[in-house]
Amino acid sequence: MPITELEIKNLTETARKIRHDIIDTTVWAGGAHIGGGLSMVEIMTLLYFKYLNIDPAKPDWEERDRVVLSKGHGGAGYAPVLANRGFFDRDELKDFNHFMSKFGMHLDSLKVKGVDVSTGSLGHGLSMAVGLALGARLQKKSWKTYCILGDGECNEGSVWEAAMAAAHFKVTNLITFVDRNRLMIDGKTEEIMSVEPFADKWRAFGFIVKEVNGHDYKALSDAIDFALEEAKTPVIIIADTIKGKGVDFMENQVKWHYGSIDSELAEKAHSSVDRG
Amino acid sequence: MAKEITGTTWTVYDANTMTQAEIYGSVLCELGEKHPDIVGLTADLGKSTKIGLFGDKFPDRFFNVGIAEQNMFGIAAGLAKSGLLPFVSTMAAFTAMRGLEQVRTDICYQNLNVKMIATHGGVSFGAAGTTHHCTEDIAIMRALANMTVIVPADGIETAAAVRACIDYKGPVYIRIGRGFEPTFYKDENYGFKIGKAVTIQDGTDITLICCGVTVLQAAEAAKILKESDGLSVRVINMHTLKPLDEEVILKALTETRRIITFEDHNIHGGLGSAVADVIAQSGKGCAFEKVGIPDCYCVVGYPEDLYCHYKLDCDSIVEKVREVMGRDFEEDESWEDEV
Repeated sequence: MPITELEIKNLTETARKIRHDIIDTTVWAGGAHIGGGLSMVEIMTLLYFKYLNIDPAKPDWEERDRVVLSKGHGGAGYAPVLANRGFFDRDELKDFNHFMSKFGMHLDSLKVKGVDVSTGSLGHGLSMAVGLALGARLQKKSWKTYCILGDGECNEGSVWEAAMAAAHFKVTNLITFVDRNRLMIDGKTEEIMSVEPFADKWRAFGFIVKEVNGHDYKALSDAIDFALEEAKTPVIIIADTIKGKGVDFMENQVKWHYGSIDSELAEKAHSSVDRG
Repeated sequence: MAKEITGTTWTVYDANTMTQAEIYGSVLCELGEKHPDIVGLTADLGKSTKIGLFGDKFPDRFFNVGIAEQNMFGIAAGLAKSGLLPFVSTMAAFTAMRGLEQVRTDICYQNLNVKMIATHGGVSFGAAGTTHHCTEDIAIMRALANMTVIVPADGIETAAAVRACIDYKGPVYIRIGRGFEPTFYKDENYGFKIGKAVTIQDGTDITLICCGVTVLQAAEAAKILKESDGLSVRVINMHTLKPLDEEVILKALTETRRIITFEDHNIHGGLGSAVADVIAQSGKGCAFEKVGIPDCYCVVGYPEDLYCHYKLDCDSIVEKVREVMGRDFEEDESWEDEV
């Protein structure tokens, strides 16, 4: 279903709340992978508040759509999305990273409701997503699998093993995103280990590539609709994003891959989000 | 094609002409009929591991991912998450080492129901050299939480282990050889149970604890020692390395006070180390030796020559037992309760 103006307005408001929660979670946690958490907010908000067939009251419902956050360090960005979608209370995030908390930096599927797959070690998620998609197809289930990769993560050889398999097995009930924020821990992706020509690489592996603005709901939505309705081969949506998006002093800054913020800095971050 | 004869209770395999892997492949085919949730995966080793037999019978439920083990174990984790029961087969070296992080993080951490049947364990692919040996896998797999580790004595026990793991939740690693190993069991009617060692011969003088190919060799050695030396040798088939049957070890410790372990694995971290842990924590004294690959990369050769070279064959076991029996514990003043 094409996205409506009203949906975009509501998603924008939800994303704003999620960004505030990511900032608070970073404060509570004592530090978090905030940059990459903020860059994927539109992708995650669109999935969780428009596309996914899920029921927060039944997190293990067999017919639900599955999500694999392959860039598992996005945990502090992911958990607030799940809280806002109703999988658990937002207050539970106050324990993030603390002793015996169910929430660590990389979310554990056996502990956190709504998390389908444990991730954190890069290069694992797409393989598991291919397995989920093959499992759904074999069991004649209609549920879809969504996978979100990081761009730096695509340095991992196993990503390309999985890509080869997705194309070989003609997996079309899987929709993959890359959060292309162009930064990794040590610097720019193109300086540390270049992934370009990125779209061509995916095409060569048998994917249909959609390159979109990763903060534009209409563009993301059109790409997802195409993947769901028309694609005969696997689709990857390369979402061009800004690391740290929404917090002006974090945007495109390598140092905000992982960082701590005190209450003063948090106030600045919150007001930046409010200014939009 | 594998040969099989249908018996009265269990399917009895022509174990003299079938390899461990062939029996495994046949059993998986049989189980595939009853369990539509079983899926098979391999990484271009469908023929060598014999999981290809399952693939021939159930092509829609079989995924050959090509030469990409990391991806294979990740896909297996996803298939398990979707509600299916994956059996994954490649060589032990590529399961325990090449695909290890996926085995640990994707499968064991999430406690997924994935069964890994690893072939070419130990030095069973002797002539292939170190790249295709795997004398580290038991140590590696024992260190993974949630993992169950089984080393069957032969093809018949492999069949029993594969059957048993169907209803046994969680990740299971079953390590078998390349095949062509002589068989020990005649049929599956001996009560295989995961985590429960089999005392294949009782004895009071000394205990030999074995797994895999060494079980048959130790059993033969025990017969020779009884006939020629009059020794009462207890032989234990410790087919499950984890969870370990500690009770049977403590019983042997108390009743025989001499224990030797034999394994086709590095002497560090395998069966010997597992047994040593139990002995050390018991607080009881014991003459103990572990025999295996002495912390080196194995020389090249056919497996039967390698087992002789590393003292894992029947004759070497006889000699080792005589050596340990010949020790005079009375010289040790602190040894007061020698049986």
